[in-house]
Amino acid sequence: MLLIKGGRVIDPANGRDEIGSVVVDGDTISAFLPAGSEPSNFEGQVIDATGKWVVPGLVDMHVHLRDPGFEWKEDIRTGTAAAIAGGFTSVVCMANTNPVNDLPDVTRGILDRTREAGSADVFPVAAVTRGLEGKEMVNFSEMAAAGAIAFSDDGKPIENALMMRRALEYAKGFDYLILAHSEDHALCENGAANEGDTALRLGIPGIPAEAEEVAIARDILLAKLTGGRLHLQHISTKMGVGLLRMAKRMGLRVTGESAPHYFALTDAAIEGYDTNAKMNPPLRGEEDRLAIIEGLADGTIDAIATDHAPHEDYVKRCEFISAANGIIGLQTALPLTLALVREGKLSPAQLVSLLSANPAAILRLAGKGALSQGADADVTVVDPDAEWNFTSDEVLSKSKNSPFLGCKMKGRAALVLRAGRVAYSKMTGVSVDA
Amino acid sequence: MRKTDRKVLLDSQGIERVLSRLTHEIIERNRGAENIVLVGVCSGGVPLSQAIREKIREIEGVEVPAGFVDITLYRDDLSKTVFQPQLKRTEIPFSIDERKVVLVDDVLFTGRTIRAAMDALIDLGRPRAIQLAVLIDRGHRELPIRADYVGRNVPTSWEETVDVRVEGDRSQWCVELNQIVSPKGE
Amino acid sequence: MEWRRRHVLGLSDFSPEEMEFVIDTARSMEEVLTRDIKKVPALRGKTVVNLFFESSTRTRTSFEIAGKRLSADVVNFTSSSSSTTKGETLLDTARNIESMKPNVLVVRHSASGAARFLSQHVGCSVINAGDGANEHPSQGLLDLYTILKAKGKIAGLKIAIVGDILHSRVVGSDLHSLGRMGAKLWLCGPATMVPKALEKTGARVTWNMREAVKDADVVMMLRIQSERTKSPWFPSIREYSRNFGLNRALFSLAKDDAIIMHPGPINRGVELSDELADCASSVVLDQVASGVAVRMALLYLLAGGSHAAH
Repeated sequence: MLLIKGGRVIDPANGRDEIGSVVVDGDTISAFLPAGSEPSNFEGQVIDATGKWVVPGLVDMHVHLRDPGFEWKEDIRTGTAAAIAGGFTSVVCMANTNPVNDLPDVTRGILDRTREAGSADVFPVAAVTRGLEGKEMVNFSEMAAAGAIAFSDDGKPIENALMMRRALEYAKGFDYLILAHSEDHALCENGAANEGDTALRLGIPGIPAEAEEVAIARDILLAKLTGGRLHLQHISTKMGVGLLRMAKRMGLRVTGESAPHYFALTDAAIEGYDTNAKMNPPLRGEEDRLAIIEGLADGTIDAIATDHAPHEDYVKRCEFISAANGIIGLQTALPLTLALVREGKLSPAQLVSLLSANPAAILRLAGKGALSQGADADVTVVDPDAEWNFTSDEVLSKSKNSPFLGCKMKGRAALVLRAGRVAYSKMTGVSVDA
Repeated sequence: MRKTDRKVLLDSQGIERVLSRLTHEIIERNRGAENIVLVGVCSGGVPLSQAIREKIREIEGVEVPAGFVDITLYRDDLSKTVFQPQLKRTEIPFSIDERKVVLVDDVLFTGRTIRAAMDALIDLGRPRAIQLAVLIDRGHRELPIRADYVGRNVPTSWEETVDVRVEGDRSQWCVELNQIVSPKGE
Repeated sequence: MEWRRRHVLGLSDFSPEEMEFVIDTARSMEEVLTRDIKKVPALRGKTVVNLFFESSTRTRTSFEIAGKRLSADVVNFTSSSSSTTKGETLLDTARNIESMKPNVLVVRHSASGAARFLSQHVGCSVINAGDGANEHPSQGLLDLYTILKAKGKIAGLKIAIVGDILHSRVVGSDLHSLGRMGAKLWLCGPATMVPKALEKTGARVTWNMREAVKDADVVMMLRIQSERTKSPWFPSIREYSRNFGLNRALFSLAKDDAIIMHPGPINRGVELSDELADCASSVVLDQVASGVAVRMALLYLLAGGSHAAH
């Protein structure tokens, strides 16, 4: 038995935001106790969370663990270690590994390695099409049976509209979810940064916002056509948010996510050809950034996901247009989102919804995203005021590609419980369970 | 670097007298001014060569060609400077082939400038002879170079500088000897 | 003023004084080029490596001659590997060259920012000889110098630049060099290649050739790449030439003493009609001559000095 005492318990799935305590029995949550009703003689470990937030373990629905195939960038051990340090007890890993996760054995391998070396739960996403080539669909039900929880060709768009239609339509029959990397490849051409003043000045070929928006519009219309469940990944533009808002008003089964860098940074960050600010979709303009924040605040955007994309140094230490896309994000998502709470853009409950309850609900992860009785005892104790520097020493990923390196951060996970065991602790007197 | 012990070696009148004498020597040595061209070494040699040119005109009634040469690109210490010295202009708008070139400079010191100036001249043509006229010879030669016409021999130490001010109004021209005093630790 | 730069990566941070300083040095260099013996010993014992990842015979030759006029040893390293072909990384290549102890790397690369990137990772001086669509500073300076020689000033001149502005590193530098010296720049070409957003640089954008050329003091025509019809940026060379080629009739709209410039190589009959390419108003060959002087100036200013020595 374990008692997390005196914290601000924020559990939007249960409509709760009050001071109280959470009782853990084994690997599940056994009770919430309102302030003042704690037992005086609790038999078991007591963790004092006074002044901190007690929230369901965070869920990152968009992570590249690079395992199998690119283990020099990241593997399940290091990726989940970074996740836990960032407050995430569940991560959803994309299929663009080597081999691609388009066969049950690949999925099973990921789950096996998670059991051996994972410090967070890993939920694999299977490819929509074999080899991410956009030509033949994978065996959806076979992949689901092996443990895949959704389908995505992330890293690449499904260029053929007919293929997207069929995937959404076929998946609907089993009630599977398609995660869409919406991008019109032809419109991107050889672009390497947001089409805007900065790229123009630096002479970098641009990627217009419309390359994303045209594809989002197409995917939403195909969701309308098919009635399939669609989730839009890494939305980065103002119109992208607007299109998602429209889809929701139309009552379509469409959800969407954005990533912390899209609300924390703009394309000004590529100044000096900083390859650590290069990703796809690219960092956009200030209008887009503000629209993302608005979309998060008004509930249009359902989830914040990191698109954690580790890359070794040398594929980033090169000329900008040749540099690999993506940044690591697991350890910076929580403080960057907390900044929006401090700015009054999001309530603490919204933060928890975006980083835990909503992604768990979208993906139907049983026992995740809520502190309900009987739920998995995945709990993140957040110290919203802790100040720290995101130095390369802090990075637990194998790769250190982040534009936030060297930045001052405010707020972090103070303690993380996974399945009832202390998996991470910054609290004095509380040690990690062996 | 601070300089003290200012000592005037030549005032404007002194410079005029010296230049007149140098001009006479040049004319005498070359038996007239017919085949002479004057080339001033940038920067100090340029106004001096102009002054000599005027004096030749006054004495001989001859307009001798005059130009100037910037020796920066021929310096032997370019690799030792931290940043490259600013270039000045070389302008010798006449042929020096088979002419007697009188190179004019303000101070003859190590001889390296004159070595560079001679290299520059030889790149420009094949003079019949090169002669050297200097206002001040302060000694300390590092190369086997000797002036044909010397305005004033001034024995100096390494800690001294000879400052020749020959810009603008000729009534303000002067030559000073200054002592360099380096504060400790400089 | 005193020259303090170790690298010349672009003109975006050059002050007018610095540009004038380079031009002034180039004037002295140009005098050397008028001599019978067009060589001075200034950079004796120094090594200049032309590191070209894109073929550009002209720029490379210009830097090569500039280096040799100053008595530097000039070595050409040409690599056809584009940024997309796998193999040795740009950094590895540069470090290999650096191990041979050059004093100056002259870098041409298809990626914007490539020269800046190298300057951050090698110990010697770097001159950007064109990086992607970003900058080509020696071209920007030689254009400035050429116009100064022809017109005696820059401020107030109407300078029309016509062609593929979007992909032009020449324009990238000219916007700084000519713009900062007070020229009224007009950018013209097909709308696909001349985004309106360029007006934020202070230049005027027009898609109408007559408007661009009218009363211009300088008309600068850029080389059009036929590959651009594939993407497609415009329908065909024929269609391009019809709208954005300079001919006698169009040029008559410019001032009587207007000059024609072109960074070369010229597509005769495309950007410039045959007769205009050779007419008295053309200063194209003077640009080439100015280019050597400007590059001598840059090499002299960077290669000397103990800061660059190994």
